[in-house]
Amino acid sequence: MALLEVTDLRTQFFTRHGRVHAVDGVSFTLDVGRVLGVVGESGCGKSVTALSLMGLLPPRQAAIVGGSVRYDGRELTALGRRTFEDLRGREIAMIFQDSMTSLNPTLSIGEQIVEPLRRHLGMTRRDARRRAVELLEQVEIPNSARRLDDYPHNYSGGMRQRVMIAIAIACRPKLLIADEPTTALDVTVQASVLDLLHDLQREYEMALVLITHDMGVVAEMADEVLVMYAGQVVEQAPAVELFDRPEHPYTEALLAALPQIEIAHARKQRLAAIPGRPPSLLEPPPVCRFAPRCAHAVDGDRCLAEMPELREIRPGHLVRTFHPSSERRSAPVRVGR
Amino acid sequence: MSGAPLLEVEGLTKTFRMRRRLGRRQSDVVRAVDGISFEVHEGETLGLVGESGSGKSTTGYCVLQLLKPTSGSVRFNGRELTGISRAELRATRRELQIVFQDPYSSLDPRLTVEQIVVDPLEVHRVGDRASRRRRVQELLELVGIEPSHAQRYPHEFSGGQRQRIGIARALALDPKLLVCDEPVSALDVSIQAQILNLLNDLQERLGLAYLFIAHDLAVVRAVSDRIAVMRRGKIVEVGDADEVYARPQHPYTKALLAAVPVADPRRMREERERRRAIRAAADATADAAAP
Repeated sequence: MALLEVTDLRTQFFTRHGRVHAVDGVSFTLDVGRVLGVVGESGCGKSVTALSLMGLLPPRQAAIVGGSVRYDGRELTALGRRTFEDLRGREIAMIFQDSMTSLNPTLSIGEQIVEPLRRHLGMTRRDARRRAVELLEQVEIPNSARRLDDYPHNYSGGMRQRVMIAIAIACRPKLLIADEPTTALDVTVQASVLDLLHDLQREYEMALVLITHDMGVVAEMADEVLVMYAGQVVEQAPAVELFDRPEHPYTEALLAALPQIEIAHARKQRLAAIPGRPPSLLEPPPVCRFAPRCAHAVDGDRCLAEMPELREIRPGHLVRTFHPSSERRSAPVRVGR
Repeated sequence: MSGAPLLEVEGLTKTFRMRRRLGRRQSDVVRAVDGISFEVHEGETLGLVGESGSGKSTTGYCVLQLLKPTSGSVRFNGRELTGISRAELRATRRELQIVFQDPYSSLDPRLTVEQIVVDPLEVHRVGDRASRRRRVQELLELVGIEPSHAQRYPHEFSGGQRQRIGIARALALDPKLLVCDEPVSALDVSIQAQILNLLNDLQERLGLAYLFIAHDLAVVRAVSDRIAVMRRGKIVEVGDADEVYARPQHPYTKALLAAVPVADPRRMREERERRRAIRAAADATADAAAP
């Protein structure tokens, strides 16, 4: 059952130089209890997509200019501020990358967990406090009853991220949006936080939108993957299918550019770098946005004249390119450099 | 790899005094680097890998004498660097340079690319104005920056290009050793690969040695001949890169490697429990070893 249905979402930023098409026609559906990984590099629009879903775009600087976001049958883009606030934190929760700025440094950890419980669930102070201790236990914070009155600066980065998770799950949301939740953490801490997120997602049957730049994190967590480039979805597929049979030249290039830890004589191999850099999203022309960096685009190619549509190349596998890997006959015509 | 090492570090220790806490007579001393020894040979890369707070960056700064080591020795090209005069140190700096992590804050925004790259040549009074100018053109070409862009300012370049400019500056004086402190961690994957390839190419062409400091195990692997793994100020394991990655000996190295998510969903699912167990084992040894 579709819990979240995003159709042709368009979000723009208004700058001195013009409109930045940060999110340019993104569509996807997410079922109850499933994990969607949204992966891409800086500026691809993945975080702006999350902020758009949550109704947290900076007012006056950015706005949703088209498309729809339906959550549990309700249109979110038309929701009033108060109604949205009631929904956020209760049914839809979010975790950000930087726990130091997301937590209020002047309030104790306990107060910050108790607040949503009282606001959304109407718990008494005493019940909320008891529940807060349970939540801290659930995110594996030792001595949780004693740590409740500590302040964020008393916690390490990994512990703060666990607190963020505790706050996010406090009201048992149906949908959790996590934007680079482990990017600021050390690799061993990241692993344990991801394990925790995985366990909680299963236990609470939450739907999870996991936004990350890390292909490894996506591989670990996601059922379904959305690859974004320059404000658009360029490929979408179930995780196993995407990593086994990537179709879009960008997805292929991104996977090839990853340094590997399990490769013999890594030192002797050249990494497959992607030449150039992503295009500006200020009024971008209606052509393939990856074409200038693509190893398969040739002079006079369609990609430089029109925008490829997102099409279903196999059941459940969508791709936006004129040169999907399964339809290429020969080796790359032009090797990008 | 033969003869005397280019860089020889022995028993290097760096302690920091923390601010005295209320009610304590003595201030706490943190041993950021705790008696470590390693070597870097000419033309090779030693990858120094560890998590935040492991002391890897402090080690880099101590090697460069940007931080004064508390004790131990740092010999470069046969010469002891600890305790030498500023003038002597300056002469050594020609051969010992650094590439910083953040290509945004490490370049002066008010200077043109040419002014940035020429600076070390001017400081060390190398050549005349015309030859320095030629050298800058040569360096920009070497790192893949269009030499005709020399009059532009840093903000006109992307992160990857800025890191190239930082590398050009570090190469200006023909150094023998570059200390690279997280040189690609601020960059996107596609750009990161460009810079790692560049560093490998430059090493081959110029015979450079690198002390390559990073937290990302896959990145370190892509450039390193040998690897040293740091934890809490100590080197817990050092060895040939292929060997360390294929057969890690120390429980912490095992845990680090097991924690890296790999781009293979089937394996990540199958191995979830095994990975958890390896990390738990390392945590147990760490707790036992903790003071």
